[in-house]
Amino acid sequence: MRAAQYLRAFLGILNREALRWLNQRSRFISALVRPLVWLGIFAAGFRFTLGLSIIEPYDTYIPYEVYIAPGLVAMIQLFNGMQSSLSMVYDREMGSMKTLMISPFPRWFLLLSKLMAGVAVSIVQVYMFLAIALIWDVEPPPLGYIEMLPAMILAGLMLGALGLVLSSFIKQLENFAGVMNFVIFPMFFASSALNPLWRVKESSLWLYRIYSVNPFTHAVELIRFSMYGKFNAQAAAVVGGFFVFFMILAVWGYDPGRGLIAKRGGPPE
Amino acid sequence: MTPRIIFAAALVTGVIFAEPALADRIFVSNEKDNTITVLDGQSLAITNTIKVGQRPRAILLSVDGKSLYICASDSDRIEVLDLTTLKIVRTLPSGPDPERFDTSPDGKLLYIANENDNKVSVLDIAAAKIVAETPVGIEPEGMAMSPDGKTVVDTSETTSMAHFIDTATNKVVANVLVDSRPRVATWSPDGRQVWVSSEVGGAVAVIDAATHSIVKKIKFDIPGLTSAQAQPVDIKITKDGKVAFVALGPANRVAVIDTKSFEVQKYILVGQRVWNMAFSPDQKRLFTANGVSNDITVIDVADEKATKSVPVGRSPWGVAVAP
Repeated sequence: MRAAQYLRAFLGILNREALRWLNQRSRFISALVRPLVWLGIFAAGFRFTLGLSIIEPYDTYIPYEVYIAPGLVAMIQLFNGMQSSLSMVYDREMGSMKTLMISPFPRWFLLLSKLMAGVAVSIVQVYMFLAIALIWDVEPPPLGYIEMLPAMILAGLMLGALGLVLSSFIKQLENFAGVMNFVIFPMFFASSALNPLWRVKESSLWLYRIYSVNPFTHAVELIRFSMYGKFNAQAAAVVGGFFVFFMILAVWGYDPGRGLIAKRGGPPE
Repeated sequence: MTPRIIFAAALVTGVIFAEPALADRIFVSNEKDNTITVLDGQSLAITNTIKVGQRPRAILLSVDGKSLYICASDSDRIEVLDLTTLKIVRTLPSGPDPERFDTSPDGKLLYIANENDNKVSVLDIAAAKIVAETPVGIEPEGMAMSPDGKTVVDTSETTSMAHFIDTATNKVVANVLVDSRPRVATWSPDGRQVWVSSEVGGAVAVIDAATHSIVKKIKFDIPGLTSAQAQPVDIKITKDGKVAFVALGPANRVAVIDTKSFEVQKYILVGQRVWNMAFSPDQKRLFTANGVSNDITVIDVADEKATKSVPVGRSPWGVAVAP
């Protein structure tokens, strides 16, 4: 297998992911509307009108909209990661992934390509969101838009890998509602996306601990810091660690001989 | 010149001019700590903390830029801080409880509002002597000298008036009724208007200096806040007279006002209970003293954005910037 063949397979997967995103009009629109609803409606009713006290990485007082913007960026990636990976449930049984899975390409490469394609789509969505968020004065320094890119790639990979692990458990697409309730919502709400951790600590130490071990919190903080030109090493290490962990689980889960697919009785013949 | 030389020249000049020699020093009076905090204008790091008299409030640079006058309100005196040695070198009489003051354009006299005895005291700085007293309304506070030095305006908080005082006779020539609890008066750079902020009334009155009539009352409507929370205090107008900045106290915001239309263009979020402000000498930055959050916020004047907030002492009240 030559590098060109790998590249061709990767581009094929990327192309398919992009087409899927563009052609699913409702997904395209909802990916954009969802964070804007949070920013425009939720934040308005919930705003800390007198300003949030200064916490890293911010240099001065910020309105609530500015605070939740990195959380909403991570939310875009969370939804995208779940949707992209869960589409594997369909794809691996009757779509193009089925063909690819029986090709000579290693499984890890196919799964990683799938992840990267999903991350690329999520990043395009994020920049579209940030362009509209300027209306709410969410305006990180110009370099921040570039500096947040590696953070988003790492966060996107981790969230996508988590989606892959979940998709290896799930038999049918209908179970997405379950994933919403048991994965997306708890991850999003028990994170620093909507509340600074110090505020949570004031109300409950237990909640604070749950927030602190939530990998999504670290994804949010990694993006938040990078948006303002700062590097959060702890968040980067946690997100990187969880990515590797989820990826190993996913590669194992997708092993037809040993993984979860085999345990469920294997793919339909 | 080849393009490469031009590029190199541009790089070199860029390096030279990108970092202007900002030797500015920022002085902040901390009402509860009885200190003045000195910050480096470039790094915003605290370089000195100077012990001064009780309850330092208004601070003002001398006209020659060599000293800082400090209203030590509870010590009932003015202190003179030498800006080279950063030591208090003189104390001046002020009458009881001096709160705000302003100098004559020649730098020889200080006009002091004595909050507790309803007078404006005129102090000869060289002689360290009160040379005149003008009775005004109850609780005088705001004090502003006209650019030509002919008129000084005082506001009295309880009487809710702006008093126009002729500096030749030290007599009140006009009283203008404004909204409740006027705190600060500021002249427009052309000397045609006096802007007076009413803290409880929640408005800024723009007074025509010639006719002593109010030409406009500016109100503040901040989304998500009650009108009672917008309590205007300090007013700063840019040298070109185009933009006015008004500190809104517990609304934690500074209003940006177009001086032609008198419309509020923007509210800038700063620290808690923002009261007094000062421009940097080049007027590129505006510093706000935030009394409850114990910090100062730096506003980029051109961008109309808060860029940084830095902690100082307890209850920062006044701020001044020396070149």
